[in-house]
Amino acid sequence: MTSTTPTTPTTATLDVDHLRISGVPSDAVIVDEVRLEIAPGEIVGVVGESGSGKTTLGLGLLAYCKRGTRLDDGRILIGGRDIAVLPAGEVRRMRGVSVAYIPQSPASALNPALRIGTQLRECVGDVDEARVREVLREVALPDDDTFLKRYPHQLSGGQQQRIAIAMAFIGKPRLIVLDEPTTGLDVTTQKHVLETVRRMCSIYGSAAVYISHDMAVVADLVDRIAVMYSGRVVEAGPAAEVLARPRHPYTARLLMAVPDLAGERQMLGIPGHAPSPLHRPDGCAFAPRCLLAEDRCTHERPPERQIAEGHTARCFKAGEVRVEPSPRVEPAVAPTPEPVLEISGLSARYGRKRVLEGVDLTVARGHCTALLGESGSGKTTLSRCIAGLHADFEGTITLDGEPLPASSFRRTTDQRRRVQYVFQNPYESLNPRKTVRELVLAPVKHLCGAVADPEALLQDVLAQAALRPDLADRFPDQLSGGERQRVAIARALAAKPDVLVCDEVTSALDVSVQSSIVELLQRLQAELDLTLVFVTHDIALVRNIAQQVAVLEHGRIVEHGPVREVMQNPQHAYTRSLMKDTPTFVLEGTP
Amino acid sequence: MMLRLVGRRLLHGLVILFAVSIVVFLATQALPGDAAQAILGREATPERLAALRGQLHLGEPLVGQYLAWLQGIVTFDLGQSLASGLPVSELLIPRISNSLVLMLIAAVIATPLSIALGTWSALRRDSATDHVTSGFTLVLAALPEFVIGIFLVLLLSTGVFHVLPAVFVANEPGPIWIDPLQLVLPTLTLVLAVAPYIVRMMRATMLEVLESEYVQQARLKGLPERTVLLRHALPNAIGPVAQVVALQMAWLAGGVVVVEYLFRFPGVGFALVDAVNNRDLPVVQGLSLLIAAVYIVVNLAADVVALATNPKVRTAS
Amino acid sequence: MTAIAISAPAARRHRDGLLVRAVRVRRTRIGLALTLLVLATAFLGPLVAPHGVDDFVGGPYLAESPGTVFGTDNLGRDVLTRFLHGGQLLLVLSLLATLIGVGIGAAVGVTAGYRRGWVDETLMRTGDVLLAFPQVVVALLFLSILGPQLWLIVLIVGLSHAPRVARVIRGATLGVAERDFVKAAEAAAVPRWRIAFSEILPNVTGALMVELGLRLTYSIGLIAALSFLGLGLQPPTADWGLMINENRVALTVSPWAVVLPVTAIAVLTIGTNLITDGLSRASAGIDRGVTR
Repeated sequence: MTSTTPTTPTTATLDVDHLRISGVPSDAVIVDEVRLEIAPGEIVGVVGESGSGKTTLGLGLLAYCKRGTRLDDGRILIGGRDIAVLPAGEVRRMRGVSVAYIPQSPASALNPALRIGTQLRECVGDVDEARVREVLREVALPDDDTFLKRYPHQLSGGQQQRIAIAMAFIGKPRLIVLDEPTTGLDVTTQKHVLETVRRMCSIYGSAAVYISHDMAVVADLVDRIAVMYSGRVVEAGPAAEVLARPRHPYTARLLMAVPDLAGERQMLGIPGHAPSPLHRPDGCAFAPRCLLAEDRCTHERPPERQIAEGHTARCFKAGEVRVEPSPRVEPAVAPTPEPVLEISGLSARYGRKRVLEGVDLTVARGHCTALLGESGSGKTTLSRCIAGLHADFEGTITLDGEPLPASSFRRTTDQRRRVQYVFQNPYESLNPRKTVRELVLAPVKHLCGAVADPEALLQDVLAQAALRPDLADRFPDQLSGGERQRVAIARALAAKPDVLVCDEVTSALDVSVQSSIVELLQRLQAELDLTLVFVTHDIALVRNIAQQVAVLEHGRIVEHGPVREVMQNPQHAYTRSLMKDTPTFVLEGTP
Repeated sequence: MMLRLVGRRLLHGLVILFAVSIVVFLATQALPGDAAQAILGREATPERLAALRGQLHLGEPLVGQYLAWLQGIVTFDLGQSLASGLPVSELLIPRISNSLVLMLIAAVIATPLSIALGTWSALRRDSATDHVTSGFTLVLAALPEFVIGIFLVLLLSTGVFHVLPAVFVANEPGPIWIDPLQLVLPTLTLVLAVAPYIVRMMRATMLEVLESEYVQQARLKGLPERTVLLRHALPNAIGPVAQVVALQMAWLAGGVVVVEYLFRFPGVGFALVDAVNNRDLPVVQGLSLLIAAVYIVVNLAADVVALATNPKVRTAS
Repeated sequence: MTAIAISAPAARRHRDGLLVRAVRVRRTRIGLALTLLVLATAFLGPLVAPHGVDDFVGGPYLAESPGTVFGTDNLGRDVLTRFLHGGQLLLVLSLLATLIGVGIGAAVGVTAGYRRGWVDETLMRTGDVLLAFPQVVVALLFLSILGPQLWLIVLIVGLSHAPRVARVIRGATLGVAERDFVKAAEAAAVPRWRIAFSEILPNVTGALMVELGLRLTYSIGLIAALSFLGLGLQPPTADWGLMINENRVALTVSPWAVVLPVTAIAVLTIGTNLITDGLSRASAGIDRGVTR
């Protein structure tokens, strides 16, 4: 990223400057002042949270604008040709040959009505059967006729993503844009897909832009990192350098928010949330959340500054940023706890399909027990059985020795009150037609009858969930994702539960918000002596929140024990593969 | 798999048809009061009342009446018209073919035209063409079919222009298409009544498909717009649109009633209105059942099309 | 995820009621104006009518006759007077039929969509039987023996709407019932009927309002059509549908007796349909034009 002027002939594969993409008709600037230069064969990671504009930027690199956006300004030189100003026909001819795109979810990006073979063959201008089969072999897929005749729905998620990769590389492009291509894949498949991407890039010498929200994935894969916040690249530099010595406060905080697989470093959330493109502040967009922010940060936009060779940051205080990871503190819990929930011989069906088979599990009082598994492992069904939301099961669940009826409708009011459930997606779990006050107080009134002083209770639980009291009159869609999940937690707390079942409560949220929610749950566990059942697919998160873990695979618990023991010395092959395949990085200065 | 699904739909259709026959029976013959009295009026002689009760099996218990009636239907013996004394089937067969011709012409004109217009509108989203089409279809969709018909008569035969006959005059025996000019107004009315729905649905489906990620991906692959449209977008829009086309075709079965009455067109619809006015019970029963059967068959056909265009169904074993 | 961040201002607008948002759409305002115009004609018209509704003012089918503006009808009554009196009953009957149809349809739809299982199967299969008849045929079928009576017309038209409304509302309910906030209420074992009322119903009001508008449009069309077929309102009632039927043979001689009522019906249905379209735009995501 040394200074280049538009007239200098460039050897870079991609040379973006002054790129601005705006909304239509709102005129909100979604991506602005983006400068990005990529050498042949180089892989650059673009990292950002939701709303940072990273996907818009990725599509923009192919001169493609989603409905409601337009390329406003700037140049996008690919192999020396500016795709931003070329006529439509030329742009079309560059796509697939000079620059190709690998989508986030191949399940919806592959045409459901067309065979795989058709979708691959049409990529190359003239049908070159040999090339189709060659590229299939390269991504380790079968290349026989039967396979080519399949439809996308007949393939697994991993295979679909490989097809998308094959499709992108079939025209041997100079540049590949990958938009979170491993979202929704389990860690082992993710690892294979990432290896395939790396191999394909080196075979063809293609440069790549890898868009992701996941620092750990990017750390593993890329040569350089560009961090986006609120539509701008706030920091860019060599991967090792950015990870070791981040110069923008956002990068630093983002790194500290990532859960540490080794469990040595405390994960720290970033307070607040990213601004919407329509309400971005005048000065530095990160200023409202920044601890280093001073007066001018709020009204003056920091320019891009070069800090070291090829390392830039947009911050007035770039020199003062320090990452000081704090060692993780194990919360004090009873060493020999009594069981509060006991599950034995639980088998559950979903329709005709068996999803849980002979599950035995003891949940200790005051502890956090993690249920760890990939999608389809049955972890959510298990948590729903506990909450009385999934009644189609055999086996017993006891609460303090007393058997719980399967359906919540058959449980006593007190049993229902004592086990509370927080759902995965706060965008779904709060009725959009009710205010926070109604949402929080409705279940209490139903479970505990008349509340003496509802307003006091409301303020109490809002404070516990770290929500401002004035949010009580808001509707869910006037809240950010993190705030919504806090409301959902406050709603559960209002019933004064003994056991809080949390189903993937952070997976719909950004990393920086996830960490704040985890902090909140840990604090509640300690202060209220809550028992937590924490459902997750993220093993690093387990390390940072739970004391006990049960690993689920295909509806069975394959390993169960204290987190420290299980993770230091995993016994089951599946747990070991989870440990091995989960991408990770070590932040410098971690104790 | 495919066959099994089609088989299940077929069975479902048969069950519905059976249930429909019960409804028709209950609505006409089994209502409280004396159906014969209701049909013949107060001045009827006891002899005629007795004769009619015999013909309709009114003396027997309900189940017996129904079974006798059902037996007649499955053997294509719908009884005799009370108004003309002729067998109902003989009375209806020429009218059925007349109505089918009318519906078929309307369907053949309306379907491709609306699909093309809907697609065009979707491709030119938010353009002037799109807005005009959208406003026009919205207005047309609001109008009851007889209102459309009368406006057409005012425009083309009595008011502004005098180019088309306002009513159908069957002056000579022979097929109705001998004088095609007479068919224009009824057909046009039906076309204008069904087209807006298909246009709007086609536009909405097409917009959804064009916004889909697989169409985005096809564009990002650098495919020509023609290929994107014809190969990637259209096949995915056919299933949902087939359903709507079927609904409209089925609607035609009812729409012909009012339109035929308006233009005095010798089809089943006109016959039904006549029969209801004359309380000609066997004719009303036969026609209601027939129209319901058409409705069921057309919907069945749409289901099969939707199944056939869905690769998930086709490839499942 | 990007969409979530961008939706913030849209979300704020969401807080305004559906009706307020609908009125912001230009079409709704045009629709309201047209509908109000016809409403005023129908309900204020009788007050300003120049003659008695059954008074004979001249010979039949006179294009011009002293004391009339639009001539006389088939029996020599004043066309303008008949026209001004002819909308009230149609409007009242249509509204009643719509309320019955949408009321029953919504109750059935929410129940079927939320309870699923055999309740759903039974309700929807029963609906399928009614759906096998075009609405006008159902009406003719029931009117054939019982004869044209006002309560019967309202009931039949309403009932013939019900399965159609139920289908749409069931679809909307399915989407809502799957959502976690319903599950959250179930975890607290809130009674099912209360979940249906306070969690689900408020989230399908958009679809419900659109159905209300749509069914009103079709009720007007259907009841007017029945009168036009001679099977709805009976002479000597002054009614738009009936006027068209009585006077259409003389379309060339005295066109106003047909043109006035037909235009009124057209303006009215266009008006209500424009309002419906505005409502459906304001509540977004509801398919129009498939539920006839």
